[in-house]
Amino acid sequence: MASAPAVLNSEWTKIRTVSSTIWTLISAFVVTVALGAALSALLNSQFDDLSAAERATFDPTFVSFSGMVLGQLAMVVFGVLVVGTEYSSGMIRTSLAAVPQRGSFLFSKIAVAGVLALVVGLATSFVTFFLSQALLGDRGTDLGAENVLRAVFGGGVYMGLIAVFSMGVATMLRSSMLSLGILMPFFFLVSQILSAVPGAKSVARYFPDQAGSKIMQVVPDAMNSDPAPYGPWAGLGIMALWVVAALIGGYLVLKKRDA
Amino acid sequence: MIEAVGLTKRYGAKTAVHNLSFQVRPGAVTGFLGPNGSGKSTTMRMMLGLDRPTSGHVTIGGHAFRSLPNAPRQVGALLDAKAVHGGRSARNHLLCLAQLAGIPAARVDEVLGVVGLQDVAKKRSNGFSLGMGQRLGIAAALLGDPQVLLFDEPVNGLDPEGILWVRNLMKQLASEGRTVFVSSHLMSEMALTADHLIVIGRGQLLSDMSIKDFISANSADFARVRTPADRPEEREKLTASLTKAGGGVMPEPDGALRVTGLPLSRISDLAHASDVRLWELSPHQASLEEAYMRMTQGAVDYRSTTDAKEGLQLPPPGYGQPGFEGYGQPGHAPQPPPEVPQQGWYAPPPPGQNPYAVTPAPAPTATPDRTERKTSEDSR
Repeated sequence: MASAPAVLNSEWTKIRTVSSTIWTLISAFVVTVALGAALSALLNSQFDDLSAAERATFDPTFVSFSGMVLGQLAMVVFGVLVVGTEYSSGMIRTSLAAVPQRGSFLFSKIAVAGVLALVVGLATSFVTFFLSQALLGDRGTDLGAENVLRAVFGGGVYMGLIAVFSMGVATMLRSSMLSLGILMPFFFLVSQILSAVPGAKSVARYFPDQAGSKIMQVVPDAMNSDPAPYGPWAGLGIMALWVVAALIGGYLVLKKRDA
Repeated sequence: MIEAVGLTKRYGAKTAVHNLSFQVRPGAVTGFLGPNGSGKSTTMRMMLGLDRPTSGHVTIGGHAFRSLPNAPRQVGALLDAKAVHGGRSARNHLLCLAQLAGIPAARVDEVLGVVGLQDVAKKRSNGFSLGMGQRLGIAAALLGDPQVLLFDEPVNGLDPEGILWVRNLMKQLASEGRTVFVSSHLMSEMALTADHLIVIGRGQLLSDMSIKDFISANSADFARVRTPADRPEEREKLTASLTKAGGGVMPEPDGALRVTGLPLSRISDLAHASDVRLWELSPHQASLEEAYMRMTQGAVDYRSTTDAKEGLQLPPPGYGQPGFEGYGQPGHAPQPPPEVPQQGWYAPPPPGQNPYAVTPAPAPTATPDRTERKTSEDSR
């Protein structure tokens, strides 16, 4: 049996030797930071135009993470490609011929890619926070304020979890194109739209991104959003459950099906 | 040692491999032959634990592949030359495989040299030609210096120099006592490389014997007899007399006769006795390729038909004329020459165009082989 450090080492080599890793992670970072900064600057200059309710629940921390709506898509692409390219290239057969223990293959891959996504997520989260607070000026907050560190740290974890969720889905679907075709519209459109539709709202708030993003709010119901029946940590927990479900699904598919 | 016992794989209603049992012994190159879609690759994937057999099992060195300790050090495999992430360089591809088995990075450069890819080691593999991809796949198989090697169509896309190299590599690996299992659909290639042949068709075992036995069992001698072209009645007379004497007579498309079961002298005597002049009486041996095609013809799934080009413009003169018959596809032209039987018949190619002419007998096999080895030594 290939030892666990050997498989981890190999997966690290795999992930650092393809350029898609660099590009997707850089995109996630740049998009999140740039959009977060732009929205912070915009809100700062137009603060007086906001509604009273929005002003009352103004959450400078949450505002700095506005870019995540788009930045998370790059994380989705990263997660999907890490797993999907094994299938699209046929590399999966070479990999599994070398590591017949499919569980250790999959979880080593996900561990390496997940940790990398988490590290990039945390870096993104802290950079976008500091930059946005600088742009918000007097309306900004700082890490020392209550719950802010939790939100900023949680933002990084959120990005990592989104990537791992995508890896699980890609393992289940065994195709980059199919996974992207489902996940991108889901996170970018379906989830956002359903969470605004009155009837679907109560279901949509349990979607992984809707639940997980609660961790980034410092002020409850920030920016006059709908109140959720769970707290920030419970929200992250709900997201983690989605991730675990995707990973179990992916593992079962990989174990059962022919490569 | 690879051992398959009652190996069966079904995909829905289609049976890809049916009750396949064979052994692959160490110290020899075992050729694995079959037409397209006969289940070769499926069998190899089952050997590597990639596909799960519907029933039966296959073991390598007594273990199922998935329970092999440190599989990459024991089994090297080339399944699909393009099963590589195209964005990764050749060296990095091998490096991540090496790290799995705890193989030092220096070995990566070593195998890159062995397969001749050292100059493109840092290039992305999506720019590789099929032949370079094959070399990279072979490098991956050699990486762990394994005792058991599986190659699926290793010479696909290789240049003649590469084919020669692979041929010698297989033989060398086998001579070192390793188990070498090579699939191919080219009988001519296997005749030069393999010591033992396993032939399958439609997922079933057709033959499992040494190449020598295969040749003697399958290469039927025949004589070609030609009577004067302007005297068809003589031809009929001779056919009748040969058949009466117990010979098998089959007309060839160009008017000659193919006679089996009678020695040349007897044919000559019979012709003389029935007062028929002979324009040709020549001995022939069916090539191994023909023997193989005869064996597998009932098991060919994908058979080409003649392109009728209906509704298209008329073909240029001289192209696709009726009566033209491709080698190995007789009886499937829309207008088969009436005298050609539908089964058990392969028209010999015109002289000088048979690429397998040198392969049939064991003796001539050795000759080109020896010269080839010499050339490869010279080139080193």
